[in-house]
Amino acid sequence: MMQVAGPALDLSRSERRRTLYSGVLVLVLATLLAAGYGQANDMNSGGFVQGLAKFLDYPAEIALEAWTARGEFAGLLLRFLPALLETLNIAAVATILGGICATALAFLGTAGLGVHPVLVPLARRLMDVMRAFPELIIALFLIFVLGTSPVPAMIAVGFHTAGALGKQFSEVNENVDRRAVEGLQACGASWLQRMRFAVLPQVLPNHLSYFMLRFEINLRASAILGFVGAGGIGSELRRTIGWGKGAGDETAALFVLLILSIFVIDQASSWLRGRITGAGQVS
Amino acid sequence: MPDRFGSVAFAYGRFMQVTGLTTSFGRTIAVNDVSFSIDAPRMIGVIGRSGAGKSTLLRTINRLTPATSGQILVDGRNVLELGGAAMRRWQRDCAMIFQQFNLVPRLDVVTNVLLGGLNSHGTLASMFGMFGSDRIERALHALERLEIADLALQRAETLSGGQQQRVAIARALVQEPEMILADEPIASLDPVSAETVMTALRTIHERNRLTVICNLHTLDTARRYCDRVLGMLHGRIVFDGAPCELTQDVVREIYGTEQDIDEATTSTSLTAAAPVRLAHAAA
Repeated sequence: MMQVAGPALDLSRSERRRTLYSGVLVLVLATLLAAGYGQANDMNSGGFVQGLAKFLDYPAEIALEAWTARGEFAGLLLRFLPALLETLNIAAVATILGGICATALAFLGTAGLGVHPVLVPLARRLMDVMRAFPELIIALFLIFVLGTSPVPAMIAVGFHTAGALGKQFSEVNENVDRRAVEGLQACGASWLQRMRFAVLPQVLPNHLSYFMLRFEINLRASAILGFVGAGGIGSELRRTIGWGKGAGDETAALFVLLILSIFVIDQASSWLRGRITGAGQVS
Repeated sequence: MPDRFGSVAFAYGRFMQVTGLTTSFGRTIAVNDVSFSIDAPRMIGVIGRSGAGKSTLLRTINRLTPATSGQILVDGRNVLELGGAAMRRWQRDCAMIFQQFNLVPRLDVVTNVLLGGLNSHGTLASMFGMFGSDRIERALHALERLEIADLALQRAETLSGGQQQRVAIARALVQEPEMILADEPIASLDPVSAETVMTALRTIHERNRLTVICNLHTLDTARRYCDRVLGMLHGRIVFDGAPCELTQDVVREIYGTEQDIDEATTSTSLTAAAPVRLAHAAA
């Protein structure tokens, strides 16, 4: 009797302990949240509850001003197009340069593809470091050194991209069919040839969609960097938002441009992916 | 002059001598002190239980798996000591056929066959996928020899097992090897495909005067297609002789069993076992 009850008793005891731990954890989190809210509310100029009522005021104001200026809205879009192009440029250069570094780091940082075992953790830690720095910090530092221009933004965004995209690429690389790699190794193909012909065709569609997603993310990141002097659509946004009343139509036009660009990139991504998965050819 | 295996020794066959070859993984000794030599192009079958070391033996010869000790002399040089480009050149010389075909699934058939020539292709030119009409013609010719030229533009992953294995053999031909190592080439195929693949290997052996070393899991296949049989047990070679010398006693020893083995039960062939000898061998 005791032999049967022994393990069962242990199980129910550990079950009860787990429940207790979960309960304590929830309680601690709830206390932290409540305390944090109280503190933040005391320090804020406005209150959270009063602010909630005005939550939609600013967006409504922008929409209203845009509606009032609907006649000239197309003109506004056209006027900000150069700024958008500059931001798109920053994002594109950063994504392409960062993507090239990411591809190299990802192949070096994937175990089991024939890379020297010492290089794999090195490449991974390097990607960790590159990811750890927020773009904004790197950009602020580079703007301080190189002056206000789009170049610091490109470097900052590209640096972060190499780390972030490299991690995603290397996770895709880990799932390739190793038999194909082995097949080419047995033919006497060099490491580069094995990566090019056995791994790349398998990972290209996924790399491409991560690449295009990163391009979208970088477009947004480049826009933010405009706030600290990197030019482009971000500088315009800082101006119109900083002015407050009266520039709502311009703010709206800038957002419309950003949103449209994301739409275009997303569509291009699906189209490219379809092309690549459909054709079956790498070249 | 006909030797004890009934074939004619070809003057330009490469001499290969394996001496004391041992391959171990940690404490497991997969290939244990194996010695044999090949003095003329032969079709050699390697039989034995699963885990007897057949695969490891072939993989060690191709340098896919590092040997622990011993040597493999080919034309007087130990191929186990080769490194870098010389090692890849040796891998090109001894083409490997795998049980799971090891093609690149997303590439089309003709590209897969072209990849067999990567070793003799400059890395830079191959990186851009520029193969040139000569190579493409040779690849198509190889596919024609295996009667699958009509599949040239299909993706490898859409093919049946038997078709994929023939693509793999075509890839091996494009390598222009001096030897073919086939690791259980028919173990995942249906009887009809198995016969096609084995006949293809036999034809290549006879027409191109290549040594073919073929791991087989059925005795009757070894009897039908091979001139010489190596029997392996626990990593050692326990039998080396002509198929006709495979008596029930010998078979029991190779498979380490007390009972007789009924070959009709394990057979995957369509017709009763009778040695297949194509026109050439009769001469």
